[in-house]
Amino acid sequence: MRTERVSGVALALLAAAVLEECWRLRLPLGTLANPGPAYMPALLAAALLVSGVLIVALGRDAATLGAAGWAEWRHTAAILGACAFVALALERLGYRLTMALACAFLLSVVERKGLVPTALFAAGMAAGTHYLFDTVLRVQLPRGLFGF
Amino acid sequence: MLETLGNLGLGFSVALSPPILFYAFVGCLVGTLVGVLPGVGPLAGISLLLPATFGLDATRAIVMLAGIYYGAMYGGSTTSILMRIPGEAASVMTCIDGYAMARKGRGGAALAIAGVGSYIAGTVSVIGLMLLAPPLAAFALRFGPPEYLALLLLGLLVLAYMRSGSMVKSLAMAAFGLLLGMVGIDQMSGYFRFAYGVVELGDGLGVVPVAVGLFGVAEILATAGQLAPPSVIRPKLRELLPSRQEWRESAAPIGRGTVLGFLIGILPGSAHIISSFVSYAVEKRLSKHREQFGHGAVAGVAGPESANNAAASGAMVPMLALGVPSGPIPAVMLAALMVHGVSPGPLLIQQQPALFWGFIASMYVGNVVLLILNLPLVGLFVNILRVPYPYLYPAILVFSILGVYAVNGSVVDVWIMVIMGVLGWLLRKLDFETAPIVLGVVLAPMIELSLRQSLAMSDGRYGIFVQRPIAAVLLAVGVTLVLLNLYSFARRGSDWRTRIALAEKGEESP
Repeated sequence: MRTERVSGVALALLAAAVLEECWRLRLPLGTLANPGPAYMPALLAAALLVSGVLIVALGRDAATLGAAGWAEWRHTAAILGACAFVALALERLGYRLTMALACAFLLSVVERKGLVPTALFAAGMAAGTHYLFDTVLRVQLPRGLFGF
Repeated sequence: MLETLGNLGLGFSVALSPPILFYAFVGCLVGTLVGVLPGVGPLAGISLLLPATFGLDATRAIVMLAGIYYGAMYGGSTTSILMRIPGEAASVMTCIDGYAMARKGRGGAALAIAGVGSYIAGTVSVIGLMLLAPPLAAFALRFGPPEYLALLLLGLLVLAYMRSGSMVKSLAMAAFGLLLGMVGIDQMSGYFRFAYGVVELGDGLGVVPVAVGLFGVAEILATAGQLAPPSVIRPKLRELLPSRQEWRESAAPIGRGTVLGFLIGILPGSAHIISSFVSYAVEKRLSKHREQFGHGAVAGVAGPESANNAAASGAMVPMLALGVPSGPIPAVMLAALMVHGVSPGPLLIQQQPALFWGFIASMYVGNVVLLILNLPLVGLFVNILRVPYPYLYPAILVFSILGVYAVNGSVVDVWIMVIMGVLGWLLRKLDFETAPIVLGVVLAPMIELSLRQSLAMSDGRYGIFVQRPIAAVLLAVGVTLVLLNLYSFARRGSDWRTRIALAEKGEESP
């Protein structure tokens, strides 16, 4: 599997999905002289489709997918998990608790740091950024069920 | 000329007021930190700090954000010279000869030459910005929707052409970015497009979550799990003074880098990156001692560092005068101005002279601040790199989430950032540029509106784009670029873009 082949096919599939969505959502295409709301998306999807096909066609000598190097995938998955947790919990648990838990997870579970540095970093980061943005810069941050 | 000087006087009366000086200083300081930290480039830095400007007026906000931009250009050289790690992409070329100088014990001199070169380039290019932006804005008053459409399309084509590597891949990313920009309510018909019942998507995808995801989060995902921080060469303060020979060798490269950087900066593309590569190549070609390049040539530091700072100012010309961003960083700055109710474009200079000239004057002040900040405090900035990465990346992640959430107070933006982060990480692995995506997201609504307004003006005839001279010339230039690329492909030779792509990967020097 070559990187260019995979990416070209992915782009072409995405373009096909956009075209299908334009049709499924019944967005009017309009005419060449009077474009409708689906005109530009369809035009761009067509351009993407052509690009995808060209990338596949020209990518015979590209590197293999394995050569791209995926060694960091465990860290990547854990960080993404932490981000997803923040997105889900931010408005439920509040900013400070959510950030403290996410930082604690990253430091203790992912980076295997000790309890004390983890707790200090997580609490300091959550409270410090909250003070800076919410109190000093007046950017309103969410408070959760527990009031913080 | 007298009018310009009068306006500049107005600008300095704004820029030298204590609050503006303070925000210029904060912007420069944060920008230097952003430049020093590998992976957090000026784009992510500006995006992260955008919410912090919401409580400020437009002048203070733009002064601070611009300070971050050119501060990052200064800061990026520090890690390049002392650690051989480019703090941001424009400093890649400085790594080669800057680090070689540091290993010979001339690290302090390299930092001083980079700092002084950046200062001269920054200051001279602000003069260029000051002289060029007003007449360009006056000319742009003749632009109607067809001219704007042609200009925007030309911008995307030049961006794709100027990127290192494949133009097809860059155009595919631009098309993808434009498609992302189609999400939300259609301005002309009111139809919801690709929103899937998510009310927050009605206004479209914000440029901040897209930029932070593609540049900030993707970098964290790619570099997570790295081991101990690399060693740092620490120069002493007394070593900062270059010798007379080094000053002599750096004078002409600084001059050439300034002119080259400013001119490339005006063009669409990641100008600050391209300008440093082009400057390095030019210096190497003009040098009588080519064999010194790669082994500590002074010109290899002075030229690229001057060029990337000059390009940062050059990039402001189309943004301020035409309201058209030439790359992802001006695009985020444009979005920042719009958040503050300011619409950059031909009328900005007439309608908001205090903001425009205050901004220009603040750039002069900012360059002085950066020179003072960077040379004596270099040891302090380098110490930041001693913070272990396992502590650094959660902190950057917290600021990323915070910055993105604070723009609209919406968790949907955090999700968009996460998705863009994964996408950016994957696209890097597959060797795609992500900058055209950000520009596409910003330009999509403008392109669509200009196209439909142009067709409404001409009763649906596409001939309007070739009948109007300015639009026709702009489109002709765009078509020429595509043909040039096809010609280069047909010859199957490696042109300058291929060589830059190889140099970025460390496989060849340009």
